[in-house]
Amino acid sequence: MVAMVEPTGPRPRPLTPARIGLYAFLFISALFFLVPLYVMIVTSLKTMPEIRLGNLLALPSAPSIEAWVKAWSSACTGLTCNGISVGFFNSVKILVPSVIVSIAVGSLTGYALSFWRVPVAGILFGALMTVAFVPYQIFIYPLVRIFASAGISNSLPAIVIIHTIFGLPTMTLLFRNYFASLPIELFKAARVDGAGFFRIFWSVMLPMATPMLIVAVILQVTGIWNDFILGLVFAGRENLPMTVQLNNIVNSTQGERTYNVDMAATLLTALVPLVVYFASGRWFVRGIAAGAVKG
Amino acid sequence: MSAAMTQASSQAMSHAATDKRCDVSVKDVEISFGRHVVLEKLSLDIAQSEFIVLLGPSGCGKSTLLNAISGLLDVNAGQIWIGGRNVTWEEPKDRGIAMVFQSYALYPRMSVRENMSFGLRVAGMPANEIQKRVADAATMLKITELLDRKPSQLSGGQRQRVAIGRALVRDAGVYLFDEPLSNLDAQLRAELRVEIKRLHQRLRATMIYVTHDQIEALTLADRIAVMKDRVIQQLDTPQKIYREPVNRFVASFVGSPAMNFMPGRVERGATGATFSLGDLSIPIQGYPFKSPGLTGAAVLGIRPEHVLSGAEAGPNAFNAQVEMAEPMGADTLVWCRTPSGASFSVRVDSGPSIAPGDTLPVSFPVGTLSLFEEGPDGRRL
Repeated sequence: MVAMVEPTGPRPRPLTPARIGLYAFLFISALFFLVPLYVMIVTSLKTMPEIRLGNLLALPSAPSIEAWVKAWSSACTGLTCNGISVGFFNSVKILVPSVIVSIAVGSLTGYALSFWRVPVAGILFGALMTVAFVPYQIFIYPLVRIFASAGISNSLPAIVIIHTIFGLPTMTLLFRNYFASLPIELFKAARVDGAGFFRIFWSVMLPMATPMLIVAVILQVTGIWNDFILGLVFAGRENLPMTVQLNNIVNSTQGERTYNVDMAATLLTALVPLVVYFASGRWFVRGIAAGAVKG
Repeated sequence: MSAAMTQASSQAMSHAATDKRCDVSVKDVEISFGRHVVLEKLSLDIAQSEFIVLLGPSGCGKSTLLNAISGLLDVNAGQIWIGGRNVTWEEPKDRGIAMVFQSYALYPRMSVRENMSFGLRVAGMPANEIQKRVADAATMLKITELLDRKPSQLSGGQRQRVAIGRALVRDAGVYLFDEPLSNLDAQLRAELRVEIKRLHQRLRATMIYVTHDQIEALTLADRIAVMKDRVIQQLDTPQKIYREPVNRFVASFVGSPAMNFMPGRVERGATGATFSLGDLSIPIQGYPFKSPGLTGAAVLGIRPEHVLSGAEAGPNAFNAQVEMAEPMGADTLVWCRTPSGASFSVRVDSGPSIAPGDTLPVSFPVGTLSLFEEGPDGRRL
């Protein structure tokens, strides 16, 4: 017998096997990413004798932040034992100017390529995009030679320039597409109002690009913070970034491997990108969507 | 060079709009994008204080022409003159023009006040002068209470008022409008149309207005330039364009409801010239033919409001079959067929009801009809 129910209100949504499968998949995927994070956090809070017991998933019996303190201020990176804090401040020194300069240059080129009739804009843009797909490693040796002959190798300016250059294709693409989605009449109106190249950029276009600026900051902060090879090659021994220092801590331990310190150092290094994502996830999605609708 | 620049900019900034020449001349202008030719050898002379409307379907080149006059688009050949100066190579800001766009093009992150004053601030005008001009323009457009809002907080009509205000503060001799009302609903469009007309009467500035809306063209213009396929088809007063269109395109594009076209033959008999529609013979004695004595195949064009019907139809009336009636409030559009089967519409007063199947006596008075050559683009005979 089929019960004839008068359709009214919201349509019933029965729990089908397909839907159960979907939820199961999502749950397992979430676990897949969360379990390693959980293991790292609990291990960093354990003492070495407790770790040796081998209960990887167990909660620490007596949580202590000793390993964190050690990782920050007294773990050995090679011969010196000042902890990963040195690397943290080096990374900040590299990060701040690199993010600012790369976004400034990228947004300006993106603006120029989208609004102004640059004679060979198509070719320029094509070249930029093609080069973006060439692996880093191919550029490294020539760039080392160029910087050496310019006398700025192994220095802060060198690594800032490097990050600006390697950020240029992505930043240009990001801003070009965003500006291309804005109505051209805005640009025309500003020209009738007498504003020039930089005035239009600064007063009209850049204030409108806030979502893209935030996306660019997120991309560049995480990218530059996570960089290893460029920092290792170009920053010089004085300015080695946190990722390089982390590697030194994890790999240069003598005797027993201090898992809790390694975990704490790794978490400390991952903290900056994590904070950036949590603080700006909403903007990130919005910015990507804004760029994706058009252009 | 720099002296000329200073003079040009001070000229653009001088306050009284009436004391400078601001006629516009487009001389043999050609524009093409790559191989695609948009304008070919186009010339147009616009007198000072004239309100000229460029009217045409999309893609006819009217906006391109406006962009060329404004300097936003470089010409491939020819010259643009504004106020007796050759401005072909000059930047938009040095041409003494102001422009209003279809999408308003307000700077979204600036307040209304900042939007209106942006151009003046770029030009480095003293703050008190900027203040005064913005206040004046805002009063004129009744947007004073909106000055501190952001464009996103305004309705479409308010946005376009602000955009007009931004053009107004430039105190230019020539105002360019690029379909300014096309994004608005019908009621606001009518309201702002009146506003723009009032503004023109008040400022006596030269205005060039692009639209595809023939009502806007007829109501606003001193002269209309009807464009099609990159060419100005007819440049004349609204009256003349409405009554004596030079070809079938102009005849069908201007006027609503559209003009009726009926193919037939021009013949000459004992009683003078007639137009034969099948068995029907319509007297056209006195029609001002361009080449007298012409006979042969032709198309008769008459506007629905010019067809005489009922008691007014007079002695030359014939009976038409009513097919359909479209009541439009003040009047009714009646669709009829001639005895030979040609379809046409008549505008009648809404008084007596007319039903499909009725017969309606109608006549086509010679004073208001037009005759064209055969073909969709036939010229006026």
